[in-house]
Order: sequence, then C-alpha cells, then structure tokens
Amino acid sequence: MNRTFSIGGVHPHDCKISRDCAIQPMPLPQTVYISVAQHIGAPAKPIVAVGDKVKVGQPVAEPGGFVSAYIHSSVSGTVKAIAPRADLAGNKQLCIEIAVEGDEWMEGIDTSDTLRTDFPDDNKEIIEKIRRGGVVGLGGATFPTHVKLSPPPGKVCEMLIINGCECEPYLTSDFRTLLEKGQQVVIGTAILKQALGVDKATIAIEENKPEAIEHINQVLTQMRKVSSKYTGITVMSLRKRYPQGGEKQLIDAVMHRQVKSGGLPIDVGAVVQNVATALAVYDAVQKNKPIVDNSITVTGECFPKQANLLVRVGTPLRAIIDYLGGMPADAVKVISGGPMMGKAISNLDAATVKGTSALLFLTEKQTRRKPESNCIRCGRCADACPMGLEPFLLNRLALNGRTDELEQNAVQDCIECGCCLYSCPACIPLLDHIRQAKAQVMGILRARAAAAKAAAGK
Amino acid sequence: MNKLLVSPSPHIHADVSTRSLMRDVVIALMPALLVSVVFYGWKELLVIGVSVASCVLLEYLITRFMLKKPSTIGDFSAVVTGILLALNLPATTPWWVVLIGAVFAIGVAKMTFGGLGQNVFNPAIAGRVFLLVSFPTYMTHWEMPQGLFGADAVTGATPLGQVKEGLLQGSTLSQILDVDYLQMLLTNIGGSAGELSAVALLAGFIYLLCRRVIKPHITLSIWVTVALVSLVFWLVNPERFTDPLFNLLTGGMILGSCFMATDYVTSPMSVMGGIVYGIGIGFITLMIRYFGSYPEGMSFAILIMNAVVPLLNRAFHQKKYGRA
Amino acid sequence: MSQTIIWTITIITLLGLLLAVILWFIAEKFKVVEDPRIDEVEKVMPGANCGGCGFAGCRAFADSAVKAPNLDNHYCPVGGNDVMQKVAAILGHEVKAKAPAVAVVRCNGACSVRPVVNDYDGALSCKVKAALYSGDTGCAYGCLGCGDCVAACQFGALSMDPETGLPVVDEAKCTACGACTKACPKGIIEIRPKGPRGMRMFVSCMNKDHGPAVKKACANACIGCSICEKTCTHGAVVVENNVAYIDAAKCKLCRECEAFCPTGAIHAVNFPKPLDKDAVKARVNERKKKAAEAAAAAQAEPKKEETV
Repeated sequence: MNRTFSIGGVHPHDCKISRDCAIQPMPLPQTVYISVAQHIGAPAKPIVAVGDKVKVGQPVAEPGGFVSAYIHSSVSGTVKAIAPRADLAGNKQLCIEIAVEGDEWMEGIDTSDTLRTDFPDDNKEIIEKIRRGGVVGLGGATFPTHVKLSPPPGKVCEMLIINGCECEPYLTSDFRTLLEKGQQVVIGTAILKQALGVDKATIAIEENKPEAIEHINQVLTQMRKVSSKYTGITVMSLRKRYPQGGEKQLIDAVMHRQVKSGGLPIDVGAVVQNVATALAVYDAVQKNKPIVDNSITVTGECFPKQANLLVRVGTPLRAIIDYLGGMPADAVKVISGGPMMGKAISNLDAATVKGTSALLFLTEKQTRRKPESNCIRCGRCADACPMGLEPFLLNRLALNGRTDELEQNAVQDCIECGCCLYSCPACIPLLDHIRQAKAQVMGILRARAAAAKAAAGK
Repeated sequence: MNKLLVSPSPHIHADVSTRSLMRDVVIALMPALLVSVVFYGWKELLVIGVSVASCVLLEYLITRFMLKKPSTIGDFSAVVTGILLALNLPATTPWWVVLIGAVFAIGVAKMTFGGLGQNVFNPAIAGRVFLLVSFPTYMTHWEMPQGLFGADAVTGATPLGQVKEGLLQGSTLSQILDVDYLQMLLTNIGGSAGELSAVALLAGFIYLLCRRVIKPHITLSIWVTVALVSLVFWLVNPERFTDPLFNLLTGGMILGSCFMATDYVTSPMSVMGGIVYGIGIGFITLMIRYFGSYPEGMSFAILIMNAVVPLLNRAFHQKKYGRA
Repeated sequence: MSQTIIWTITIITLLGLLLAVILWFIAEKFKVVEDPRIDEVEKVMPGANCGGCGFAGCRAFADSAVKAPNLDNHYCPVGGNDVMQKVAAILGHEVKAKAPAVAVVRCNGACSVRPVVNDYDGALSCKVKAALYSGDTGCAYGCLGCGDCVAACQFGALSMDPETGLPVVDEAKCTACGACTKACPKGIIEIRPKGPRGMRMFVSCMNKDHGPAVKKACANACIGCSICEKTCTHGAVVVENNVAYIDAAKCKLCRECEAFCPTGAIHAVNFPKPLDKDAVKARVNERKKKAAEAAAAAQAEPKKEETV
C-alpha cells in the first residue's frame, strides 16, 4: 500500500479526461494583458512606459519588495497602456497591455530544444537567475521561488519534495509536463536540490499516473549516468487522495512529519516545489528563459475539445476559449484551476497569469449547489478535514462571530481545501463562512504579533 | 450565452445527501422489518404502517402549519423514526398507542427542539420510553411469534422478562433459563419486532458499514463493554447474573447498539467521544438489567447517554494536524 | 406521629439556618467592591448591549465612563442626548449635545436599473460574496443585497426591499449605533446627521469608476459629472474619485443639486413637498444669467469709464 497523509481527505472522481492530450502551443493572441500582481507578496512595479517596444522575455516590471517577483513580457510588440483592468473576479488590477507584433525574443534566451544537463556549481548565481526569471511557485500559491530557496538562518533543509501529485480532479498539465518534459523537470529538481544544499529530493506522484512514475524513473536512471549531481533524487508513488498536493499534507505523506501550526515547512526540514516550478527553474537557469508561458489544462465533460495548451502569460481567457471552439452551450461555470480549490470566473475578459493552471467548464448539474438543510451532526466534515479541524463547530462559531473560540479551535489552520463542503450531506456552505472567520482571526493574530513586536521594540 | 455561475470553492459535491443517508438506513432496516412481519403477521404490519404514516404526516403538518416552513419529510428522517419506533413496540400494540408514541417522538422529542439535527434525544427511543412509562400493560404484553398465517396467539414473556421475574421469585438462573443461542441469533425470541432476529439486524448493520453511512466504533464499544462487564459479574455469580452472550443477544441490544445509539444527531462527533458514549450505554444497560426494576435497560441507557453527548463533544476533539 | 412532625420541622429549620449562615459567609468572603455609580449609570443605559459606543456592552460603557475623567470619549448613540444627560448628572460631568444621526444607504442601484450580469451561488452573506469577487452586477461598489446589515441591526430598523433588492432604514427605529456600517463589506451605509425635521440630502452612490463604465453598470449611479458641485452655492458638494459627496454640515437643503443631477443619484428625504425640478432649474438659471450679466456689466463698466 502506498503512503499517504494521516488525517482526513476525500476521494473525488478523477475525471482526468484530458490526460492523453499532448501539450500544444497556442497561437499568439492579438493583445496580452500582463498583471503586475501575479504572485503572493508586493505587486511588481512597471518599468516600461506606454509606447515602448518590448521583446519576448524582456522584464516589464521589477519586484516591489523582497517577497515579490520580476514580470516579463510574454510577447513582442508595443506597450499600449498601463492601467487598472478587471481580473477574473472583477477586481481592478494594474495591467500592462501589449499589442502583439511578430514574435521576437530577447537576446541570450535559448529557444532551442537542446537539453542542457550541466549546470553551474555556484548557488548564488543559480538563485539570482531564478529571481531574474521571475520564477514563482506554480502549484497554486505563486510564492516567489527565490525566497523559498533562501531559508532563514538556523533552519536546515533535509529534503526537497517535488509535488507531482496533481490531486485535484480534471487537471492534467503537471502530468503531461512529467511525461513530455521529464528530463527538464529532473534537471530542474537537481538544480533546486543543489541550491538548497540537500542530499535528498523526492518527486511525489500519485499512483493514478503510472506512466509518469515509470517515465521519471527511466529518466533518473539515465541521468545518474550523466552526472553525480543526479544522485539522491527518487520517485515516490503516493496513494490517490485529495488534498495530497497540499504542502502540509504532502510533507506528512512523504516524510511522516507534521508542520506545527503557524510554522513553515522548513521547520521540519522540508521544502516543497511544484513540477511546473521545477520546469520553470530549468528554463530560467539553463536556457535564460523567464516565465513567459505556462501549460493550462482546458477541460470539462461539456467542453468538446479537451486540451493541454502552452499559453503565453496574459492571454485573454476568451481568446483561449475561442481558439478551442467557443463556450459550450450547457457550461454555466468556468473555473480557473481545479474544481476543489479553483476560482470561479465572473469576467471572461480577464487574462491568464503565471499561476493559471486550468480552465474548467462545468454544467449546471455538476456544480449548482443544493439547497442547504439542517446539520445532522454526522461528522463527515470533521472526518474529511485534512487538518483535523471540526468544520461544523467552526461554522457555528463563525456565524455567531465568536473569534476567541474560533482561534482556540484552530480556524487559522484551515487550508481552504474544500473537503468539508464537498462531503457535507446537508450542503451547508461550511467553507464559505469558515474562510471569512479565518481571515478575521488571521487579522487579529497579525495585529497581536505586530503589537507584541512594537512592545518588544520599546 | 448563459449568465456565468459564480460561487466560492469547492465547485463539486460528493454524491451524498441527508436523503441518501436516511434512505440507506431505511434499506438497512428492511430485513428486520420483513422478518418481523413474517413472524408476527398482519398485526405487526399495522403497527409499522401506523407508526411510519403518523410520523411522516406529523412532521409534514408541524413544518407546514406550525413552523410555516418548507416541509422536511423529503429527507426520510421521519420514515426512519417511524420504522425504529415500530420495531420497538410489541406487535399487539393498539394503533392508537402507536399514534401517541409517534406524536411524542416527532412532536415533542424532535420538532420542539428545532427538527432534524437539533434534537437532544433520539426521537424513536423517547417515544418508546414515553409509551413504556404511560402504557406499561400494552408495552409488556408480548406475544410469541406465530407466523404470518399462524394459529391463535400465545402470550409469553421475553427472555429478559423471564429472568427478572424468576430472580424476584427467588429462583436461580439455571432453573429459569433454557435458551438456545443459535435460535436467539436467528429468530424466535419473544419480544418487540426489533428484538426478533439478530441476524436480520446485523445484516442491515453490515450494509450501513459497507455504504460508509456509519462508523462501527460506537457499536463495538457497547458490545465490548457489555461483554466485559457481564463476564465479570457472571464469573462472580453465574446463578445470579446472566452470561455475556445472553446479554448481547437479548432484548434491544442489537437494535439499540446498531441503529439507535449510532444515530448521528444524538451521538458524539468524535471517535473518542463515541467510545466513551458506547461504554456508558453498555454499562448503564447492564446495571438496569442486573439491578433495576425493568427487565431491559437499553432505551434508558441510550437516553441517559444522549443527555451527556454535549459534554462529550466539548471534552473530546479530533486530532489536529501539527498540534500536540 | 406528632413526634415525627416535630422532628422533621426542627431538622429542616436547623438545616435552613445552617445553610443561610454558610451562604452569608460565602457572600461576604467573595464580595466584590465596586463603584456603586457603575450600577446607577448602567440603569439609565438603554440596555441593548449593541456595542455602538465602542464598548463591549452597556456595563462595559458604564464601567469605563465612571473611571474616565470626562465624557468626551463616551457617547451612547442609542440613548442619545437624553441618556447622556442622565449619565452626566450621575457622574457630575458636562456633556455636549450631539446632533441626532441616522443610517443612510448610499446605493440606489435597484434591481431594475442595475442589471445582474452573473449568477451568485455561494452562501447568502455579503462578506462571503465581497471576498469572492466584485459582485453580481457591473458595479463593484454597490450593495450586494445579501442583507448582512439587516442581520447586524439589533433594533429591527433595517429590512430588505424585495422590489429594489436594497436595504431600507426605518428612521423611527434606527439608533445610529453603527453596527450596519461595520457589517457592510462595501461600506455603503453611512451614519449622517438627521437634519432639521429629518430633512437631509445625500448622494446615494459610491461608484468610483469613470462615467461611461458607471452608466453601463447602473442607471441610477453618480457619474461624477460635477454639475452638482458647480450648482451648489454653499460649497457643500465635492466630487472626488468620480463620485460626489455632500457635506451635511455645509448643506443648506436648497435642493438645487438634486434638481440638476442627471441620474437621480442625489436623494432628499423628509421634505414636505416634492421637488419642482423645473422651477428650481429656472431659478438657478435665472440667477446664473443675472450673475453672468453682472459679471459682464462689471467687466463692461471700467470700459465705460475709459470711454468717458
């Protein structure tokens, strides 16, 4: 029996209907809208002006702080505007609008397919290249990668975990990446491993992707012959269970260690990076190619043309949908990401960002919420919660605004995976309220920490 | 194009609802119902019919005309209460006594607390105990199973009733009892419909476990407690105290531990709480059987432990990730 | 028989006395010495425990008020000036009278004028909805219609109008405690002075987008055209971030801005007569004409002198 995490979890249907679609590049759109807030942390600051000519891979915005990232032009053309634009939730974000003219890349970017297996020994150089490449965690949180590679002093990393679980139903872009760019992912892993100074790296893949597991094992045997830098990397097959791809759950599954509440993975000696991030690291370090495109799964039972597309960052969602034959008549919900944690899109004129991993189309029957009824206290939400919380209790406390008790019952540990709402037979919108309560309690905790810091400063 | 649907995540839902869970419980109770109808005949059918019909009708009337809310009978919880109440009553119970039991179960024990999910006490047991206290003659008038087309009814006592009666008269257990355990397991114990066949009830219980409707910890905890505690007493004085197997197979033990104590609403949420709850039920049941004036104590034990559930929920929590 | 009765009575009496003594000792031992004025102040408070004053409840307010050197930071919006006078009398402080206030809803994007562009399917809570996205209409600033404010109001002063989908304030019940302003994630509810005989004017819109976009989203919205600002002779209307705001302290209730507002975003309530827009427009235009003539004359006059 394969390993998995120890608390909670659910088993949604796989629905990986696009698993056999090879990754194909999408033709360039006419205009791209590149948001300056594509990562967690401070938004980037634009360094181009309206009317400037830019090339593919040219930086258009620089980090706005330590936890921030470079943003590059994903096309060549003219900057038309730098103005707020509605994102997929209808909220205004500063965007750089670039009209596409041809496809001219920056000098120094290797656009060929040749595999480069040897990488520099200097870690500083590697981290700087990753920073310059605007690499962020592509597993969903979009946390700047170079920050994660600089562990705080005193903390030692023991294992690098490459997250290839893709535990969300429908998504297949990581699976396709593992199959088609397995060598690049492995090289990226080796680079990350060296930069972190760890001996061990584990590529964790769920057992429902046997082809990927086999392929990566083959690649590893091959690469170990090339250089000693590739020793210490192993593949681990994990039991299929959602939310295995959650950072804390994955560490529990792979290392049997649990990150303390409020702590970081590095506290238990782990750093987790996504498969797509490993590929981006390879591109940035070996090819000088920053993140200008990412692979996006376009899927859903009602969507006629399943695809895994390589899409330039900032492509309008509507352009992707039109390219694949337009909006299906019976689709009512379009989701950016998977069905468990993805965001429902209210504005199809929004553009993709680095972290966009999928466009999922669901029908009324698949996604419409059923009317809420009384809690029957079956405890299914508590059984499903991978953090061991009691959603029924948190929901009740949240509705009554009892912040003290919410904090005692660890609402701040919630990872918003959606298992509680998914498994509730009474269809109570548990997570909706718990998410609000979590935000409120996190605010209180931050204020308290700030006050404590100020008091210590005096 | 349609208007886009927007909601917070998650966007899909497991194929489970209150209705589907309750339907599974009804399915699980079917073997026991069938056996009871076959053995007790049309009288039992009448009891079941009146019980289910009055429970459903009452819930409908109360939600629609007293609470002025949409009716909740579609979730089948009233059907479950009706069946459980029927299984707790002797087949000879007059229809109007069944009706009063249903009124108490649904009207008092369930709806006054706010309907499904809000009640503190298991409605079916509350109904049964209300009848037991109010109409003891009807509730202790047992008829030996005669079959659907059987001859004239023969009245008799339940094994537990025989024990209590005999001990009060100063006899010893070996003089009173002559039980065949295999027969007890299969059918033919005098008693209420739900006490009839342990096998039919266990089949339903296994169905619920397979469908993952309930978890086994509460039931197992009751069984282990009953077995261990009665073993101790039995070893001390086998002429005064009944043996573990007898205690596990008689009375409402199987029905109570598999279907009543595991009721979602009135049992603790955490596994640890459930185990403590089960220990309490098992212990109290045995104490009533051994020392109380009633021959059977399962219903009282469950009701008493129902009252403790809020405290157990407070005391026992899930194991949290990353917290000691 | 009689002995049993006597014994029973004796034992019960003794037991009662014994327990009374124990209770008295316990009460003495755990007595909390408290300023008696706290109780007095609490007695005159409304007792709603709404938190509108910024304290946890009426007792917390009383406790703090008794300890405070003056009542500058203590004001009970529910009880208003009457209650504050009583509190001041108990504590021997001065208290300044505050103008009575009321909650106003600064959104008039009714369902009929603000088309719904997507279908919200989450929990019926404005907070949840606001955290998720900009809302199910084209306007990212307006009322979300889930009624968080109604739920927050302890005085039953708010209700959702099923026709417009907007909250309605019952002025008679509103105590201006401010619970609704905190509950609204869009911040569209404002506590404003009630005004003379309840007459007041306000801009019922908060949309900060540019005119054309606003117009597309909602027919009743303030489009930031600044006509009101130019019309106002008291300097009470200011347009900032594409949305007008009327300063209640400066407003003279002349209703001229209301007459000129092209979208009807300026609301005037509790005025005895409906506004005769044409008459006001004529009056203002006349005044402007005169002013223009006067200006022209003023400009012309020096010239005359020159010619003379």
